[in-house]
Amino acid sequence: MATQAEEIRGIGHRVRRKEDDRFIRGKGSYLDDFKLPGMLHMAILRSPYAHAAIKGIDTSAAAELPGVVAVVTGELMAQHNLAWMPTLSYDTQAVLATDKVRFQGQEVAAVIAEDPYIAKDALELIAVDYEPLDPVVTPQQALEPGAPVIRTDKQDQKDNHIYHWETGDKDATDKAFAEADVVVTLDTHYPRSHPSPLETCGCIADVNPATGQATIYMTSQAPHAIRTVFALVAGLPEENIRIISPDIGGGFGNKVPVYPGYVVATAASLLLGRPVKWVEERTENLISTGFARDFHMHGELALKKDGTMLGLRVNLLADEGAFHADAQPSKFKVGLFHVVTGSYDLPAAHISADGAYTNKAPGGVAYRCSFRVTEASYMIERLVQNAAYELGIDPADLRLKNFIRKEQFPYRSATGFEYDSGDYHTAMNLALDTIGYRELREEQERLRAEGKLIGIGLASFTEIVGAGPHKDYDILGLKMNDGAELRIHPTGKAILKISSKTQGQGHETTFAQIVAEELGIQPEDIKVVHGDTDNTPYGLGTYASRSTPTVGAATALVARKLRDKAMKLAAHLLEVSEEDVEFSRGKFSVKGAPDKVVSIQDCAFAAYTNFPDGMEPGLEGVTYYDPPNLTFPFGTYAVMVEVDPDTGEWKVRRVVAVDDCGVRINPMIVEGQIQGGLTEGFAIAAMEQITFDENGNCIGANFTDYLIPTAWETPRFELLETVTPSPHHPIGAKGVGESATVGSPAAYVNAVIDALWPLGVRNIDMPLTSAKVWEAIQRARGA
Amino acid sequence: MRVTVTINGVERTADVEPRLLLVHLIREVFELTGTHIGCDTTSCGACTVLLDGMPVKSCTLFGVQADGHEITTVEGLVQGGQLHPIQAAFKEEHGLQCGYCTPGMMLVAKALLERNPTPSDEEVRWAISGNICRCTGYVNIVKAIQAAGNAMAAPTASAAASA
Repeated sequence: MATQAEEIRGIGHRVRRKEDDRFIRGKGSYLDDFKLPGMLHMAILRSPYAHAAIKGIDTSAAAELPGVVAVVTGELMAQHNLAWMPTLSYDTQAVLATDKVRFQGQEVAAVIAEDPYIAKDALELIAVDYEPLDPVVTPQQALEPGAPVIRTDKQDQKDNHIYHWETGDKDATDKAFAEADVVVTLDTHYPRSHPSPLETCGCIADVNPATGQATIYMTSQAPHAIRTVFALVAGLPEENIRIISPDIGGGFGNKVPVYPGYVVATAASLLLGRPVKWVEERTENLISTGFARDFHMHGELALKKDGTMLGLRVNLLADEGAFHADAQPSKFKVGLFHVVTGSYDLPAAHISADGAYTNKAPGGVAYRCSFRVTEASYMIERLVQNAAYELGIDPADLRLKNFIRKEQFPYRSATGFEYDSGDYHTAMNLALDTIGYRELREEQERLRAEGKLIGIGLASFTEIVGAGPHKDYDILGLKMNDGAELRIHPTGKAILKISSKTQGQGHETTFAQIVAEELGIQPEDIKVVHGDTDNTPYGLGTYASRSTPTVGAATALVARKLRDKAMKLAAHLLEVSEEDVEFSRGKFSVKGAPDKVVSIQDCAFAAYTNFPDGMEPGLEGVTYYDPPNLTFPFGTYAVMVEVDPDTGEWKVRRVVAVDDCGVRINPMIVEGQIQGGLTEGFAIAAMEQITFDENGNCIGANFTDYLIPTAWETPRFELLETVTPSPHHPIGAKGVGESATVGSPAAYVNAVIDALWPLGVRNIDMPLTSAKVWEAIQRARGA
Repeated sequence: MRVTVTINGVERTADVEPRLLLVHLIREVFELTGTHIGCDTTSCGACTVLLDGMPVKSCTLFGVQADGHEITTVEGLVQGGQLHPIQAAFKEEHGLQCGYCTPGMMLVAKALLERNPTPSDEEVRWAISGNICRCTGYVNIVKAIQAAGNAMAAPTASAAASA
């Protein structure tokens, strides 16, 4: 019988993380830490050219190097029908190039050797005869008549245009613009960046020739989806494929796609009958795997003189690289960009998007973002801020005037989303009060008179996460639903197996807390298992802030299912009818007789030792969750910067972040996610950029060129919260991993523009390097 | 070439190629995989170890350069079965998420705290500015290092934190 109750550390508790014990001791198990008996090492030869025909490949010298076991080319892969593979966007991508190379860094050949140093030595002995072709390095160039056609492999592809996609109501939007007093425009390039998790991508493919069992250790955010794709691509029986995604050193979207290296390593293991390990170098990661953003955008916002917003129009051109490999729900060509109406009651909107092939790396992934939502949030928040200046209305007041009001939820947006809940005014007012907004505006005027430039930037973002309902959301036909399996053992300890895969988000703790909340078993008594397709329920994985909205819901529901069964067991143990039993915090008691009580642990023991006649023994279950809607986290970020007009250098003085992600399961982990997101948002606004020279050479191919903020550059953050629970999520949570990366870039940039607007500066494309800021000031002064 | 190092207090000898990087000597030959590889260019600090007490990036040293020296890796932080106060503080303050940068961060912190037990926010940030973290935004790493410094200065008070 239960005794004095210990507080159940469920939802709302700052439980220290269960996973940390291994990480702080250096006992994590990351991909590169695994060594299998007989394991070989693979290295990949990559193209030095952005665009070149392959006239021939001579691998003989490499093959003769002692220690080399095999050299794989596209020709060999083609013999097994594996020279090309499908992308996540219904295109194809070369696994190893056969006809020509289409971006610098493209995979051309692979060496498998006994030792990784020998594999790399052998790469230098492979002679590839290239005939350079004219490179296409911008999407504008790509769409010019007569531009070199990149995808000559596709019979029907006569140019570099990939798709045209529209959504919203064009006529209604045109009408809104016709009625407008003011139209504010913004042309901006959201630059190509790279998620660059600290651990690069890699795999160990271990195919047993005797059994046909393929065990593939892989740095994957979506192991189940990868398993199915592998079954389809390689023609392997799916029950013989086991994807093990071990501890992952950060993902941020970069570890969602299938990369050629995975396919080659698996084919090599299959052919050689030995395990093959492939781990990227940093440069390989930056120049060939899933980049992010790269949208050239034109936005227009129509308003009345009094600031009332009437309509929004966005035309964008996406630079997709050489293969269209965006990781996003199949139905939407530019992800969920059409949430671009943001936090505003905008009656009309229209979005028109085109995608183009260029000679750049493929793989538009959502770098800490739910499918292009950060591009959308950036566009609307920049437009709104600029509109305020044009109208002579304070940017905060213009937002407050146009926010969707609390009582309008659930709110149907002009592009068809149903926002589940929100209270935008409260979040914004909290941010304004905290930073002392009105006083800061006065100080700004005073300092300006002294020649000092400070700027205050706001961004009131609405995110859209938790994809999603089966009707609209799938990737390659796989519905974006997820599962949770819960087993409670006779001693009352539990194992929770989930389809999501943590990359640092703390699933082993957070999901245990959900079970704790529902069943009253302490989180330390619940082991959370994930990242092994043989041992977890099916699901589409962890990205786009979807784990808590989907797997979190499945976890709560499977726990409730077991609680219902435990209720029957409790009635049996208490010798009363089930209707007379009530449950609270891990205890089942008789209504009106609270001292007659059994614990969840008692019920678990009874499930295997003393269950009533006719009851199925055991206490375990599995639930798959198909969300009824997405969730809509929101918030306001207020940033204050100081700009040095003589050098263009800008310093962040304050960042006030108000986040509303609904119910917070573990506030400590939530705050950690926001701090990380604000830093990556700052990185994108200030320094991170993958760019190319006119020959298609990637600039940003290592961490000395691709700049990531250290502790020294990173601003300090002040975090606040409001809580508006999701009305349709079982525990009211919304997801939070990416809110800050989605919302904050616009706040940082708005702050710099706010400082420079009186000088005549209207836009600076990210990243806002000192040089670009200085140039913008010079140009404005010269005008 | 023969290389002999004292790694986490234990003398180890190996016969290695002169070009073998120190990080590979540690990870592949001595099988201490807590030291990670992040960038190959001395930029990220995931491979940081202590060489005679000084933080070095083991991806940019050859193994043979460590011959005759003392190396401390993350596996050497636990003493007598007890977590080092820095380890305890990283957990307590949520100073890690994916854990990949953590060993390097903790070793840099150890070197810092041994010469300055009560560093300011700025001093900590400067000390760890050779180490990149993609997850945390550094906020809680700074807090953890400062908390560890306080715990190390008052060892009795730290007992509860490391439990």
